[in-house]
Amino acid sequence: MNRQEEPVELINENGLRIDGRRLDEFRPIKMKVGVLDKADGSAYVEQGKNRILIAVYGPREAHPKHIALPHRAVLRCRYHMAPFSTPERKSPAPSRREQELSKVIREALEPAVLSEYYPRTTIDLFIEVLQSDGGTRCAGITGASLALADAGIPMRGLVAATAVGKIAGQIALDLSDAEDKQGEADMPVAIMPKSNVVTLIQMDGGLTHEEFERGFDIAVKTCHTIHEQQKAVLKERYLAIKEEVEGKSESTKGEEE
Amino acid sequence: MVAPGEILAEGRYLSGENTHREGERVYSSRVGVVEIVGDRLGVIPLKGPYIPHVGDVVVGRVVDIAMSGWIVDIDAPYPALLPASETFGHRGPRGRVDLSRIFNIGDLVVSEVLAFDRTRDPLITAKGPGLGKIASARIIQLSPTKVPRLIGRKGSMISLLKKGTGANIIVGQNGIVLVSGKSPDSENAAIRAIRMVEREAHTRGLTDRIQAMLRTRIRGE
Repeated sequence: MNRQEEPVELINENGLRIDGRRLDEFRPIKMKVGVLDKADGSAYVEQGKNRILIAVYGPREAHPKHIALPHRAVLRCRYHMAPFSTPERKSPAPSRREQELSKVIREALEPAVLSEYYPRTTIDLFIEVLQSDGGTRCAGITGASLALADAGIPMRGLVAATAVGKIAGQIALDLSDAEDKQGEADMPVAIMPKSNVVTLIQMDGGLTHEEFERGFDIAVKTCHTIHEQQKAVLKERYLAIKEEVEGKSESTKGEEE
Repeated sequence: MVAPGEILAEGRYLSGENTHREGERVYSSRVGVVEIVGDRLGVIPLKGPYIPHVGDVVVGRVVDIAMSGWIVDIDAPYPALLPASETFGHRGPRGRVDLSRIFNIGDLVVSEVLAFDRTRDPLITAKGPGLGKIASARIIQLSPTKVPRLIGRKGSMISLLKKGTGANIIVGQNGIVLVSGKSPDSENAAIRAIRMVEREAHTRGLTDRIQAMLRTRIRGE
């Protein structure tokens, strides 16, 4: 039953990748907040073939009580892939990989959340991957920080993430699933663009010193681009209402700065 | 409008509500609208949890009966405690008093926050004018961050709604609003107006639009 990946050229003679991207091009991201009514905050992210739904509940009473901390809120995170998110059915039980990702995503977001505002509570974060095509942890982090902001949880800043890797001997931005599997290296990076603090960095495979430096710089630059989009997405909904009821001229004036 | 982490100012500004300071810079901590009062920068949030403050009137639901009081869900991250001594109808030692005869599980109680400091759960009272059990009303819920807008400056918005619709409106600071009117029509009008305030809370000239909407409704009937 094990389907063998067909050997493909990761980079063609024109220097383009399987999906037609250039090496330093990331898959366009579509983000939306407030997609779930019952959740306190939510977001939906599409990047390439990735489809991710994120829900935030809280701050709320900690259950079980003993996990509560007296000086800050506890952030809990569950990264989960739907059974239908991969070509081969994925068992719905949390795998070792999902547990690890839950932990690293939580740790990528914790520095951004001002959790000391709500002691003795929990903030629960659910990241549900509906369809995956490589780079879901990064898209998950990007979306999760939006969902947290949407929930009105005080934050030092948003977190944006992307990955760089090495395919066919070259540094490439934002690897897809096929590129990740057949490439030589994959390195997810999450930063808080406001202060340029790195909150997550992992590497699978090997990069030379120079490759690492170059790749890291590209990733940081991309995170800044994503960050601009994140900010716009958070305001979009409110500005639309403002424009609708106040008339265009005034709201564009208000948007300045 | 700002998102979390956006810089608001640099230099000699005070960091107010929903902002934080890093060195010389003041940043926003939440999604909201910037407010400048003197040299203090604040952000009025558009969505978020209810955090109790002493003196707030809140609408809660009794979820449990304890030894000498009730546990009330006030839609905050912390459950509220309503001691039996903070209600009417429980006077002196008459032996065991059945607390469920005063407030039972599921009852709605209008109450006021007596004490709260985040290290302990909020304490509330049902003793006072306008406080106590609610027999019947339409319940609507909105984001607690929009309550100040619904009340308006010195209660201007809420009195406009009451006058304009003829309905009685009790606003809990926790975002739970009780509407009761003489006719379903007046209740519906009030609810529609409240929903409009909720949706357009971050815009200017809202009071005028609400006034206009209520006036056309009255003329329409």
